[in-house]
Amino acid sequence: MIREIVAALQAKFGSAIRSVTEFRGETTLLVETSAIVDLCRSLKEEHGFNYCADICGADRFTEEERFEVIYNLTNLEKCLRLRLKVRVGEENPVVPSVTSVWRAANWHERETYDMYGIRFEGHPDLRRMYMPEDFEYYPLRKDFPLIGVPGSIPLPDIDERAQNKHAATRFNSGERI
Amino acid sequence: MANHNPFGDGFLTTTLDALTNWARANSLWPMPMGLSCCAIEMMAMAGPRYDVSRFGSEVFRFSPRQSDLMIVAGTVTYKMAHVVKKIWDQMPEPKWCIAMGACSSTGGMFRSYPVVQGIDQFIPVDVYVPGCPPRPDAVIHALMEIQEKIKKEKNTFRDALLSKDHFVDVKTQVEKEKLVLQR
Repeated sequence: MIREIVAALQAKFGSAIRSVTEFRGETTLLVETSAIVDLCRSLKEEHGFNYCADICGADRFTEEERFEVIYNLTNLEKCLRLRLKVRVGEENPVVPSVTSVWRAANWHERETYDMYGIRFEGHPDLRRMYMPEDFEYYPLRKDFPLIGVPGSIPLPDIDERAQNKHAATRFNSGERI
Repeated sequence: MANHNPFGDGFLTTTLDALTNWARANSLWPMPMGLSCCAIEMMAMAGPRYDVSRFGSEVFRFSPRQSDLMIVAGTVTYKMAHVVKKIWDQMPEPKWCIAMGACSSTGGMFRSYPVVQGIDQFIPVDVYVPGCPPRPDAVIHALMEIQEKIKKEKNTFRDALLSKDHFVDVKTQVEKEKLVLQR
């Protein structure tokens, strides 16, 4: 079933599908970034992938094309799953938005933008999802320290009676605690 | 029957401190700051099986203005810390705080970028409850510890009446309110 769909896609999009891998019954297509919206629309309208389960990012630090955006799609009627991947470089990580295909992609793309700094072109409201809006870093990038940048999200006003307030002052001034 | 009471029947003499401490200790109204899985155990504590109402704390108040004990139950992120502090500021004095569970006490297993490594960095904590999450009886124990603490308090009235903070002049009060409004 999924192989027929992949064959149909390959016939339609040709070299835009860079590679097809199958591992333990899961099919993954590596796709050209420019073709992702057309491919997603075709998958939704012609092959019934009506549910965009998740969109996430990956940082392949030190690789040629550093960032990867991964689309997990589901055909709820026929119980099929398909995974798409696109890759973008470090200098200008921009991927076309698929919010015009699935509205659910809106928040998934915001999350990916928040965590990796990958921008989605054509997204209606590309704001951060989890981190404060004035946060300057992208926390799931490999070059971001796990403990974060001390003081980048300042603590609130400190109560005078707080036992550990000195740690908070040190943290706010950028010291690791 | 010898009458030892100079005022006659129906009177008893005590100190104002003993009376207020007794009242405060047995009517702690908690502010449930439930932020993650600890909140479930906190709810179990309030429920019929563990029944915190035996200790006078059954009324969980969702308005900080009406509560005097904040139970911070769960992981406090840096983003949420501002909300926790704002609610803490809105609670009237005297107030107490329980840091429930490993996360709110120390950051717990989350030694990572979004999680505050212990809420005692910005609000004063009276009792830390270990556990991940702690059992409801552990939280009841923490509540009893706070009751003990309250019962030992001395001169609350004298200090409040004689402290300079109490004599609020109109000017500073207006300025304070302006500051609050600006936030």
